[in-house]
Amino acid sequence: MNKYRVELMVGVFVLLTIGAVLLLALKVANQTITNQGDTYTLFAKFDNIGGLKTRSAVKVGGVIIGRVASIKLDQEDFTPVVELSILQEYNEFPETSSVSILTSGLLGEQYVGFQPGFAIDGVEDLKDGDYLQDTKSALVLEDLIGQFLFNRGKSE
Amino acid sequence: MNAIHALGVKTISRFAAAGRAALMLFGALFAIPRMKNVYLTVKQIYVVGVQSLLIILVSGLFIGMVMALQGYTILVDYGAEASLGPMVALSLLRELGPVVTALLFAGRAGSALTAEIGLMKATEQLSSLEMMAVDPLRRVVAPRFWAGLISMPMLALLFSAIGILGGHLVGVDWLGVDSGSYWSIMQSTVDFDKDVINGVIKSLVFAIVVTWIAIFKGYDCIPTSEGISKATTETVVFSSLAVLGLDFVLTALMFGIE
Amino acid sequence: MDNLVEIDNITFSRADRVIYDGITINVPKGKITAVMGPSGIGKTTLLRLIGGQLLPDKGDIRFDNNSIVKMSRGQLYETRRRMSMLFQSGALFTDMSVFDNVAFPLREHTKLNEDLIATIVALKLQAVGLRGAASLMPSELSGGMARRAALARAIALDPDLIMFDEPFAGQDPISMGVLVKLIRELNDALNLTSVVVTHDVTEVLTIADYIYILADKRVIGEGTAQQIRESDSELVQQFLKGKADGPVPFHYPAQKLEDAMFGAIS
Repeated sequence: MNKYRVELMVGVFVLLTIGAVLLLALKVANQTITNQGDTYTLFAKFDNIGGLKTRSAVKVGGVIIGRVASIKLDQEDFTPVVELSILQEYNEFPETSSVSILTSGLLGEQYVGFQPGFAIDGVEDLKDGDYLQDTKSALVLEDLIGQFLFNRGKSE
Repeated sequence: MNAIHALGVKTISRFAAAGRAALMLFGALFAIPRMKNVYLTVKQIYVVGVQSLLIILVSGLFIGMVMALQGYTILVDYGAEASLGPMVALSLLRELGPVVTALLFAGRAGSALTAEIGLMKATEQLSSLEMMAVDPLRRVVAPRFWAGLISMPMLALLFSAIGILGGHLVGVDWLGVDSGSYWSIMQSTVDFDKDVINGVIKSLVFAIVVTWIAIFKGYDCIPTSEGISKATTETVVFSSLAVLGLDFVLTALMFGIE
Repeated sequence: MDNLVEIDNITFSRADRVIYDGITINVPKGKITAVMGPSGIGKTTLLRLIGGQLLPDKGDIRFDNNSIVKMSRGQLYETRRRMSMLFQSGALFTDMSVFDNVAFPLREHTKLNEDLIATIVALKLQAVGLRGAASLMPSELSGGMARRAALARAIALDPDLIMFDEPFAGQDPISMGVLVKLIRELNDALNLTSVVVTHDVTEVLTIADYIYILADKRVIGEGTAQQIRESDSELVQQFLKGKADGPVPFHYPAQKLEDAMFGAIS
């Protein structure tokens, strides 16, 4: 077995592996979007976050503009606080914007739906660290069913 | 009394073997590296890595294809066949890639390492090295250990990558899942750090364990044909069990708590 | 006379079995010393003791007046460069050609360039008559050729001491003759000191300058070939003549046959 062949084949092996890593990074894990550019942080308080998780998407009309960075419980009023990290390129949302927790499809995963508000004079843009005031919680199926039964009971 | 005595003897000999294994590893790892040994390592990467490529690639391809087939028949009942991509990718990256690679590696390369070193011992090649004032730990053990350590994570990555392509082949090209959703849902679900890197870390741990067991079994075997065959069997059995056991521990540590 | 190796009253046991009980052997410089004895008494062990791969329980082993027993690992490796050992199987590295095998110690221990190494290897192979076989792999060699190739490797670094472990075992008469001639000639031409461990009586008596006979954990006879032949020790004579029974019993120690077969159950 000659030396050159060994080196060549090991070289091929290394190149194949680099190819595999690139495939996994770019095509499978889509490394580019998660790490692309700077982000700024917004906070939102919800009554109930349902099945929202860290790294869930933040979307405006289906376009991903950021991800959930962390979920904590506010120690004073015991409501969940969601930290959103939003790509810097989308930094002109007005203060009147609202967020809600939505579900993609019937059984799909939950994401944060971002509803940009109207930009009128006197309304400033959201800045790093701001709290979104207008939030809608996740729909919890059990609550819905409970409400439905309750309403039916009243109407009869 | 005899049974207790035998148990005691056995326990003590196990501890002694563990001690010898540790000493061997330290002797090999802390040997002063020399340029010559780099080439020896490259040559061993050829033997344990490149020569395992075929079995790894073929297995990876078929496992990816089978998973797509199985996953599709289940997911399509819920109308969730778009989730086929993440299912295939996550199972491969987190579990099957590192684990199956380690098991195949133990069978393909580990047993060969044990038999080779065992035979070198039986034919007095190791003794002969020592008498030539060449440390067999540095000359024989260290290059093989490093080669195993380097090769296995590479093989595991290739296994996962070709498995995902195999899943694409069956899921998208044959069963008609939308190619765009196969990739895009995979992309939004798979996290590079959490899934890919953790898989590589797993694979690295398995590489240490399997290569260590394989080399030690060869180095410590009774130098007869019977001893070598026993050592080779033990390599495959012990490293497979160690891989599966460690996999549970590592999975619990990495993915257990969200 | 100057001794290169002095084994001074050593005791060695493996597990519970005593292998040597106070033996003393001196290997004079420039001579061929033979150590003979029946199989299974640990003659190979003796060579491993000299090489420092094993340590005696008691006693001292000196190489060129330095105690091998007390050496640090570094000193031991340094000393081993001055000795080499021809293993029974030859112990050629099976993944290298004959040329690379002989070049191996040179590449490991010297910084000679490849041209010079090629020249030295050719010379060493010429000395054992295998220059034409340089490109063969060890698996392509016959037993006798493998041993000669191993001999070329053993003399590659021009050691002071060569230890031969059963060089004649399992050889046909021609290769045996070749090896006997090689050992004698190399010893004289290169001014080596040789230790030959063997149980082939006739060959050894022709080449050895001094002979030790080991049996029953001790040295039972020593002297030149002539002295050994004329020894009046029964043990030595049994060994030389190859009698089946004598002081070394034919039977492995056991219960008396009559007792074993016909009761005597107490």
